Amino acid sequence: MRYLPHTKEDIELMLEKTGVPSLKSLFDCIPDKLKTKDELKLPKPLTEWELDEHMDDLTSSINASKKCKYFIGGGSYDHFRPASVNYLISRSEFATAYTPYQPEVSQGTLQGIYEFQTMITELTGMDVATASHYDGGTALAETLLIALNKKKLQKIAVSSLIHPHHREILKTYLYPTGYEIIEIPYNKDGLTDFEQVKNMGDIAGIAVQSPNFFGNIEDLKLARKTCDSKNALFISSFTEGLSLGLLKSPGEFGADLVAGEGQSFGLSKSFGGAGLGLIAGTKKLMRNLPGRLIGKTLDSNGKQGYVLTLATREQHIRREKASSNICSNNGLNAMTAAMYLASVGKTGIREIAQLNHDKAFFLKQELEKVGFKIPFNSEFFNEFVAIAPEGFEAKRKRLEKDKGFYAGIELDKYYPELKNHYLFCATETIKKQDVENLIQEVK
Amino acid sequence: MNSQIGTSGLIFNEPQLWDKSIPGRCGISIPSNDVAKIELSKELTRENVEFPELSEPDVVRHYTRLSQWNFGVDSGMYPLGSCTMKYNPKTNEVQASKQEIAGAHPLIGDDNSQGALKLMYDLQVMLAEITGMHATTVQPAAGAHGELAGMLIIHKYHEKKGRQRSKIIIPDTAHGTNPASATLCGYESIKVSSDENGVLTPEAVAELMDEDTAGIMITNPNTLGLFEKHIKEIADLVHAKGGLVYGDGANMNAIMGYVKPGEIGIDVLHLNLHKTFATPHGGGGPGSGPVVVTKELEPFLPVPIIAKNNDKYVIIEDMPDSIGRMHTFYGHFNVLVKAYSYILSMGAEGLKNVSEYAVLNANYIKESLKGVLNLPYDRPCMHECVFNDKKQAQFHITTMDMAKRLLDLGFHPPTVYFPLVVEGAFMVEPTETESKQTIDEFINAVKTITQEAKENPEILHSAPNITKVTRLDEVQAARKPCLRG
Repeated sequence: MRYLPHTKEDIELMLEKTGVPSLKSLFDCIPDKLKTKDELKLPKPLTEWELDEHMDDLTSSINASKKCKYFIGGGSYDHFRPASVNYLISRSEFATAYTPYQPEVSQGTLQGIYEFQTMITELTGMDVATASHYDGGTALAETLLIALNKKKLQKIAVSSLIHPHHREILKTYLYPTGYEIIEIPYNKDGLTDFEQVKNMGDIAGIAVQSPNFFGNIEDLKLARKTCDSKNALFISSFTEGLSLGLLKSPGEFGADLVAGEGQSFGLSKSFGGAGLGLIAGTKKLMRNLPGRLIGKTLDSNGKQGYVLTLATREQHIRREKASSNICSNNGLNAMTAAMYLASVGKTGIREIAQLNHDKAFFLKQELEKVGFKIPFNSEFFNEFVAIAPEGFEAKRKRLEKDKGFYAGIELDKYYPELKNHYLFCATETIKKQDVENLIQEVK
Repeated sequence: MNSQIGTSGLIFNEPQLWDKSIPGRCGISIPSNDVAKIELSKELTRENVEFPELSEPDVVRHYTRLSQWNFGVDSGMYPLGSCTMKYNPKTNEVQASKQEIAGAHPLIGDDNSQGALKLMYDLQVMLAEITGMHATTVQPAAGAHGELAGMLIIHKYHEKKGRQRSKIIIPDTAHGTNPASATLCGYESIKVSSDENGVLTPEAVAELMDEDTAGIMITNPNTLGLFEKHIKEIADLVHAKGGLVYGDGANMNAIMGYVKPGEIGIDVLHLNLHKTFATPHGGGGPGSGPVVVTKELEPFLPVPIIAKNNDKYVIIEDMPDSIGRMHTFYGHFNVLVKAYSYILSMGAEGLKNVSEYAVLNANYIKESLKGVLNLPYDRPCMHECVFNDKKQAQFHITTMDMAKRLLDLGFHPPTVYFPLVVEGAFMVEPTETESKQTIDEFINAVKTITQEAKENPEILHSAPNITKVTRLDEVQAARKPCLRG
């Protein structure tokens, strides 16, 4: 096997040094009765070339060729990814390093993540951003735990327009410790109905996603006001990070904690993972944040450098008293995001964000022309809800199969009251002609 | 052989991104707008995002220079104990970046994603076979996330039995993630000490195990690199009191093809694909932490699960006893692709060889260095061995000094000061992909350092001497945190 360098002679010399007669005897410290009797039943090993063939064959039944067009988002977005970013992130100095525990030989990862933290604070308008989390949903769960611990309360309010999968994760995380999640209903505009929070009693925080799952931009000013009236922490989340290139940041509205998904920043969709969890907070909450933080410092010669810092919050030091159990995060994806954000820069992020909005608006207009109804009268970023005319579902299925057009996500699975409602999306990868082709098929 | 591999090389200084910014530059090609521009309301939109403005070559040079300040497995031997820093095969990266894998949207449905579902399903089956367990979830995003999933399963199991328990037994050698995961499930961690031989005894566990204890979390081989040979007796007595045995599979690299955790009393176990199954660690992830369970615990696995119905692969979300969802979609799919490719490349015999050579390498290092470094537990080890700095104390040299000096000599240091039960621990895990020749160079480097400790301790105190930066002031970094530029 080409990954294993041991020759017969190496093995003999090494066994001799260890004083063990055979490879098998190295396992004599394991009682015989604990050893397995049979060989592992696995497929016969493949050569590199056979593996290529096998994977070609396997992936031929995934409908995700280059000609596919994505008019869907729902937490995973089709964006252009520059070749330079892919090229840089493949450098094995980044990819094959461990967590930067030895800072003298990890300055690349450390400065890169420090720059990532800086750009995330700028984008979210917050004081501190962590070195990353698994994904948007798990990041959100961690911020809820912070609020509950901080306020020492049992209840927390969560908008019903937070991504349904994220809300499921919240339930999983909060269930064993007995915390109660109260869902805030949505109103006729497809926005969180903050009026309903009034009668909820004491709550540790309010979590709101903007743009919300329907694509609509929430009134975060009202969210902050509602939190103040309840003395609750304001948790703001997002699944489409690019929206922050155009929209006011959660920090500008006074968010205490921000959780988000960073897949839009140069990461492939990859069937939903690995994505990038983002967590940011105010300075006041810095020591409550989960996971790793990189800080700037000086070396013994007074030269600037970077280290992992504030580790006393973390599990390897505090064990059962840690702020979270997270160890590995999604570091390489944070680095990818930093490379992407550095590439798009100040002007690029705004232009791309604006393009997303323009394309989605055009798609909405064209769908309306062929009989789709728009149920919510709110401003949106790159996703919106449309009610389909009769016969659309059959066409939608056929379009996926025949053309590789993914036209909308059925919403009644998540909101049973929304029969025939679809969540549409258009990003900068959608051309006018693509929309016209879709319209041609569905009219 | 005698020429030292560590050298300062040609290292460039490189400022922070924003110090290179020149107004008017952009590093991405912006698609032209072929539809009307629609302005959002003023009160919703922001001022410009203050990001740096850089051209594509600016960005490429920046990150290329940064990368040159990093040490990876591809640069040199990385014997971090408990981290299994083995070679990450390149073909696995190629497979994960195939158009159909990288391009697949997670909500395209079963019919459009058969190949992806088949891959996950087959990986589930192979991981269950390797560990001797019944069912697998590949959803957890990292080892600690798998631990949390596993502990939630134990929590749910007790709830279904009709009475929740309040405590969990955790050995003093455990990773810090173990007690932290238990806390998230509301369990109080009860510490059990290992004996003078570095392993757990049934007696010590029996003293703590009662009917208010949910179970025990065991890492086997443990973090001293020793096999917990009483595991079966311990599992039996935990089961007798109605508890479950959680296995931390971080060290699975030592026992593939020799021991199946499912056959020695483990009920639930997590694996680290970024350790045992050769996916890159990425400077801190993304990893992947699948969880394997016994038949009895299968109903509690997180949703969605990937199943096979006749010839069709399906995503099942409706499992009434499930602990619920752990990840927004199906886990770190592109990491799963790499682990799957690895297992297919290795086969059964290959994986067994992996464990054999990993254990051979560790024992070879143990025997070669025990004359110059103190070895607190002098007995056959598995895939890693733990020394400490006791012999160097007389020269006022610590484990950290030796670790830093190794950087000068061209090696990544072992894990230091863990496990906590060994004072000044120096924990070496070479992995199977290091050759005898490289390991001999490492052994020589450590021997050189122990000689320097006697003759020239100053060079150790000031080490590392040829890296881009010298020892960093971590106290100042924590006292006055500067976390953004």
